[in-house]
Amino acid sequence: MYRTNFRDHLVLIIGSLMMLLPVVVAFTTSTHEAADIHMNGLTLVPGDHFAETYETVLTRQGGFTGKVTGLTMLGNSLILGLGFAIGKIVLSMLAAYAIVYFRFRAATAMFWIIFTTLLLPLEVRILPSYEVMHKLGLINTYTGLIVPLLASATGTFFFRQFFKSVPDELLEAARIDGAGPFKFFIDILVPLSRTMIAAMFIIMFVYGWNQYLWPMLMTNDEGFYTLVRGIKQILIVWVGSQIPDYNEAFAMAVLAMLPPVALVVIFQNWFIKGLTESDK
Amino acid sequence: MKRAQFSSSLLPYLFLAPQLAVIFIFFYWPSAEAIRSSFFLEDPFGFGSTFVGFQNYIDTLTSPEYLGIAAFTALFTVLVTFFSLAAGLLLAVKADKVIRGSSAYKTLLISVYAIAPPVAGLIGMMFFDQHIGPFVRLAALFGWEMKVGLNYWDTTFAMVFVAVWKQIPYNFIFFLSGLQSIPASVLEAAVIDCRNGLRRFWTVLAPLLTPTAFFLLIINFTYALFDTFGVIDVMVKDKAANNPITLTYKVYMDGFRGNDLGGSSAQSVILMVVVLVLTVFQFRFLERRVHYG
Amino acid sequence: MAKIDIDHVFKTYAGGAQAVRDVSISIRDGEFIVLVGPSGCGKSTLLRMVAGLEEISAGEVRIGGRLVNNVEPAERDIAMVFQNYALYPHMSVRQNLAYGLKNRGTPKPEIEARVAEAARMLELEPYLDRKPRALSGGQRQRVAMGRAIVRHPAAFLFDEPLSNLDAKLRVTMRGEIKRLQRRLGTTSLYVTHDQLEAMTLADRLVVLNKGEIEQIGTPLEIYHEPASTFVASFIGSPAMNLLQGRSTENGFAIGPDLWRLATGPLDDAAITIGFRPEDVTFTRDMRAGPEFLLDYVEELGAQKLVHGTVGGQAVSATATAEFQPQESMRLTVPEHRIFLFSTATGKRLRTPITPMQPAGDFSPVKA
Repeated sequence: MYRTNFRDHLVLIIGSLMMLLPVVVAFTTSTHEAADIHMNGLTLVPGDHFAETYETVLTRQGGFTGKVTGLTMLGNSLILGLGFAIGKIVLSMLAAYAIVYFRFRAATAMFWIIFTTLLLPLEVRILPSYEVMHKLGLINTYTGLIVPLLASATGTFFFRQFFKSVPDELLEAARIDGAGPFKFFIDILVPLSRTMIAAMFIIMFVYGWNQYLWPMLMTNDEGFYTLVRGIKQILIVWVGSQIPDYNEAFAMAVLAMLPPVALVVIFQNWFIKGLTESDK
Repeated sequence: MKRAQFSSSLLPYLFLAPQLAVIFIFFYWPSAEAIRSSFFLEDPFGFGSTFVGFQNYIDTLTSPEYLGIAAFTALFTVLVTFFSLAAGLLLAVKADKVIRGSSAYKTLLISVYAIAPPVAGLIGMMFFDQHIGPFVRLAALFGWEMKVGLNYWDTTFAMVFVAVWKQIPYNFIFFLSGLQSIPASVLEAAVIDCRNGLRRFWTVLAPLLTPTAFFLLIINFTYALFDTFGVIDVMVKDKAANNPITLTYKVYMDGFRGNDLGGSSAQSVILMVVVLVLTVFQFRFLERRVHYG
Repeated sequence: MAKIDIDHVFKTYAGGAQAVRDVSISIRDGEFIVLVGPSGCGKSTLLRMVAGLEEISAGEVRIGGRLVNNVEPAERDIAMVFQNYALYPHMSVRQNLAYGLKNRGTPKPEIEARVAEAARMLELEPYLDRKPRALSGGQRQRVAMGRAIVRHPAAFLFDEPLSNLDAKLRVTMRGEIKRLQRRLGTTSLYVTHDQLEAMTLADRLVVLNKGEIEQIGTPLEIYHEPASTFVASFIGSPAMNLLQGRSTENGFAIGPDLWRLATGPLDDAAITIGFRPEDVTFTRDMRAGPEFLLDYVEELGAQKLVHGTVGGQAVSATATAEFQPQESMRLTVPEHRIFLFSTATGKRLRTPITPMQPAGDFSPVKA
């Protein structure tokens, strides 16, 4: 129907380059020495200090306390990403199950209590949240890092939409087949939601991994730093140095973006499905 | 609601309990706390607090600094939303048209979505770096001496640039899926009825895309208001003095750097109201003017 | 195997709307009962109340003599076949068939034996390890049937099981359901809006209208002795002709026309006269019947379907392939094939002129 023309491709190629070049340059530059970068600027040509730089970033103990390594941060990022994604999926599936599949008096009230959280992002209540966390003694804990981020209904909303699209007859057939609320959930609904769970996992993992403000408030013990949180640390160290460690900064950036980018690219079909179906 | 449901008096609460617990402790409690402390003045040395009524709000809303930041936030939001929507739409329309290689373009274009805002900020900062930044060198060719971090408007330019770059994939994904959900028969009918491709786009495709665009408009507002925190934090490096910041960043600055609990809380509440208004606006006002096919 | 007693059952919704009103049906062991009616007549609701998927507002349902009003669906010893089949999409055909048995703690070898038996009966053996999405519509339908069969339940409940199939497959599956039910002898309750399906499958038909029973009877009883205009128009295809008229000394006045019938005047002046298209013959005899004004003729191959008007009201008639339109045609119907209904209530009137015709010499639809 449409003839593909050269101009369309040109726009797409320019767009793709605009999106991707900075990422590629971040990587190639990270394989050069800092002094080299300082003199010649960013470059698209790969250098020969890849192993060196990344080894330093991953294993050298740094920061103010001198005990945090890139690997520690990588580990923390993984814990945050996984913990958040899994926690989110479990909490929201259970809550959505209750809301969609049960008839009970307070159902409407519960619905509104949960979905009000969609209205206010974490950023507008950071200070009181910090106070609450302080009172609960959750500063510098994984619980404090992960659980408060779960206090939003995005996942619940997503699973609610999906459960509502599951035909009624499936529950009826299961009830006639002798399945109670638990059996139906485990035997039918969870396996049925596999794709949805995968999609949600990718989105939530990326979301958790990429958290910045919250970890910044919740952790001042460097042992709890994530990679994304560590970005800030690099910048603070820079102040006053003669030749900033550009290479290491870029290497950190590459480490911090590689896992989520890889996840999104590899599982893009699930990811797009999850994204476009949850928000509409 | 479902026609078929379990009727059990206890089970649903059991299933809801974990979610409710998290929400009450980490959402409702802090939100209530924000509202409460917005009416109190905290003693700077930590000796209790005094009820001051709406004084925190009055102070905030009459402060020229706050109003300046509010104006900047509005400008920033409009710029980021406009450019990232426009770029996302353009790329989606093109990607929808090409047949060969469309999935490759898709992959290339969405990958940036997964980059954390502060990481995007860091990369952006390097590109706008005084010594090594290619953009600064490029600008110099046109006689523009770019001083990101020092010059207010240069920093604004860089911040908008990075924020838009980071948001394009999101808008692209939604516009593309919106375009692909338009039935082929409608497009074919349009091709028969209208020869001019551009006109066809504005008279047929654009109206059918309005639900998507409208949804994205709100999402992009929220993005520019809140999610750009990481970008801004990295780019201004805690030296907010001469640099542009948004309201969200100011809440953080006043609360954690300035220890002004009451003022910061009042600002939080004002932001909450802005978000609520946006949401109500979304449901009540704009939705009526939009075509839903 | 069991009988099912539905005793003065009501379904009232929260708003006060009544979906089912005072329905009583007594189903014999092994009987095939079809609930038929237009959409919204309450037939599905009634079925779902028997299944236990819908609460019973008033009245009693007994399966095999046991009161089941407050018994969970799984405990009622019934199996149900859904319109959209409701197969578990993530399970193979084998797992779909076994799921209900597994939940009841049936021993493994027994499950395997029953699944194998059902698969053989329904010719599903080659597909046992496939997922439902890899099956055709007809095969999915069979799996849904199989899921009911393996359970050896006291009763089968069918909720429009054939309406998602194309016309040809529907006829095949209809025959198969009938054959299977005969073979297993399981009491069955079947819901459909398709009168042909109802006629061909049922031992007895229950015609429902607006939540109430219009008539219960064998297909032939219902066809030959419709109790109301509703049943008369719903059962039989093409539908029975119903003409509004007045009863007079000499017959019936239909518009300006007079149809001479030997009924004499009836108590009810406003009556509806009903006759089936296949009972109509045409003649040029001016005294034989009212004038028929031809509209158009539909060619059906073996037959023709003739459409026209009598006294300004639409009438259709089947005619042989040799039928030729003529000028000033008259319409006749054997008097014992004419049904009289009260226009006010729609109920059948006892007509003195029509001695009851025993069913058998004239049976347009074979069960």
